[in-house]
Amino acid sequence: MEYKFGKNKNIFFLGVRDGIPIALGYFAVSFSLGIMATKSGLSPLQALVASFLNNASAGEYAGFSMIAISSSYIEIAVITLIANARYLLMSIALSQRIRKDTPLHHILIIAHLLTDEIFAVSIARPGDVNPYYTFGVILTASPAWAFGTFFGAVAGNILPIRLVSAFSVALYGMFIAIIIPAAKSDKVILSLVIVSFLLSYIFSFDFFRISEGIKTILLTVVISALGAIFFPLKNGDSNE
Amino acid sequence: MNKWIYIFIMFVVTYLIRVLPLTLIRKKLKNTFIRSFLYYVPYVTLSVMTFPAILHATMSKTSGIISFIVGIIAAWFGANLFKVALICCTLVFVIEYFIV
Repeated sequence: MEYKFGKNKNIFFLGVRDGIPIALGYFAVSFSLGIMATKSGLSPLQALVASFLNNASAGEYAGFSMIAISSSYIEIAVITLIANARYLLMSIALSQRIRKDTPLHHILIIAHLLTDEIFAVSIARPGDVNPYYTFGVILTASPAWAFGTFFGAVAGNILPIRLVSAFSVALYGMFIAIIIPAAKSDKVILSLVIVSFLLSYIFSFDFFRISEGIKTILLTVVISALGAIFFPLKNGDSNE
Repeated sequence: MNKWIYIFIMFVVTYLIRVLPLTLIRKKLKNTFIRSFLYYVPYVTLSVMTFPAILHATMSKTSGIISFIVGIIAAWFGANLFKVALICCTLVFVIEYFIV
């Protein structure tokens, strides 16, 4: 792979295309986030800037709810850290798939847009991550996130709720499309996926009183660690 | 409390979490446990985030669970990202048209 746009045009446009379902899902989710931003006392411009700078659904949700109660600056920093801690794991995982000769400014851009979805589609492709693919995804998906928040803040309840409801499964449909092909070809992943669904369901009961963010981190670490202990990769396995 | 400062703090914390590992870890990790762990992380974390959250994303649980199951079947038989997402959205819209 050469780091020139001309050599990577096809892969770039593949990314643009794969960004479409992400953009639809983003628009729906960020639209509702925008409504919430207004309720927390942010202006539409502040909501737009917050989404442009953060690109994090749970993180922004947690942050806005702290703004709503006028928390201290330290508190909002800690909450943001907890809500977004899973990105630390994703960033470590992605660091193993970045070629050494990838220019720093490309890495800085990818880091800014390292969302669940963009991480997922980038890492689902074989071999090292091609930044041009990720840039393609970013080009379609990222404006949908920022402007979805803006429109949500401005236009609150104009979009029919039926459409919002339908759009909001787009993200999950996309997750499924990433998990299932891997599970089909690798029995260990299939088992881990089933265990993840089950435990995630069990720990969502009110009885456990843990937030969505903490649950995601805890279960990710525990289940992946068990997988690594009992089913370690052999040398040359697919993440090389 | 200034709202722009809140937003700026959120940005700094979020960006540091994402950028530090990517820029500081420039070597391939050799440890088998860590390599295996990181190999499983994306699938596990996406699974944890998908279910049961998909049930609460829609207006009715029924449309959520049906789109979850049909999405899995479609992906199993080779439907790509866009198709699976489209199938799930369409199902929710149609089902909720009748039951909500």
